[in-house]
Amino acid sequence: MTQHERPLSPHLQIYKPQLTSVMSIFHRITGMGLAGGALLLTWWLVAAAAGPEAFGVAQAFFGSWLGYLILFGLSFALFYHLCNGIRHLIWDAGYCLDIEDVYTTGWIMLASAVGLTVLAWAIGLTVGG
Amino acid sequence: MNLRTPLGRVRGLGPSNEATAHWWAERLTAIAMVPLTFLFVVLMIAFRGAERDQVIALMGNPLVAITMLLVIVAVFYHMRLAVQVVVEDYIHHEAVKMTILVLLPLGCVALGTAGAFAVLKLAFGG
Repeated sequence: MTQHERPLSPHLQIYKPQLTSVMSIFHRITGMGLAGGALLLTWWLVAAAAGPEAFGVAQAFFGSWLGYLILFGLSFALFYHLCNGIRHLIWDAGYCLDIEDVYTTGWIMLASAVGLTVLAWAIGLTVGG
Repeated sequence: MNLRTPLGRVRGLGPSNEATAHWWAERLTAIAMVPLTFLFVVLMIAFRGAERDQVIALMGNPLVAITMLLVIVAVFYHMRLAVQVVVEDYIHHEAVKMTILVLLPLGCVALGTAGAFAVLKLAFGG
C-alpha cells in the first residue's frame, strides 16, 4: 500500500497568524527562553559564591554587549511571560474567555510587557549598580 | 465497573491521575511568581555591576536571601512541570523522550540546590 503525503488537518500552511495563536506560541517560547535564563542565573549565583575569580568571569560576561543583549531579551521574555501568565490565570479562573476579551486582554498584556521592560531598564540603567 | 481489558490493566494503560496535581502545582508556582518576579527584578537591578563584597553584603539581608531562595524554588519547580509538557508535545522518539523526562527533574533539583546553596553561602558571609 503506497504511502501518501496527506496533511492531517489545516496547519501553519493554511491559518493566518492571529494575536491569539501568536501570543500563545510566544508564551511557550518565552517560557523555554526563561528556562535557559534560570541556568544563567544559577551560574551567576554559583560563581558569586565560588570566589572573586569565578565571579569576575561571570560579571565580565553579563557586562559585555552580548551579556546585555541576552539580559535585555530575558527581561522582555520575563515580563511577557508574566503578563501573559496572569492572562492565563484569569482564564483558569473562568474570566475573559469571550473572543473580544481575549483580544482586549491580549493587547493590554502585550503593551504591559513592553512597558515593564522599558521601565525596568530605565530604572536599572540610571539607578542600579 | 472497569472497562479496561486485562492486558490494558497489566500494561498500566489509561490516565495517570497525576494531571490535576501537575496543573495545580503549575498554577500555584505561577501565582507565587507574580510578586516574586517584581522583587527579583528589583534585586537584579540592585546587583547590577556589583563587586563580590557588595553582593555578599546585600545577600546578607535575610529578606533578600529568602526572596532569592523562594525565586529559585518557584522557578525550578514551575520550569520542571512546564518543560515536561513541552517535551511531551514535541518529542516522540521514545528513548530520547524518556531520557529527557528523567534528566529534567533530576537536573532541576540539582541546579536548584546549587543555586540555593550559593545564596546561603553568600548570605552567611561568602
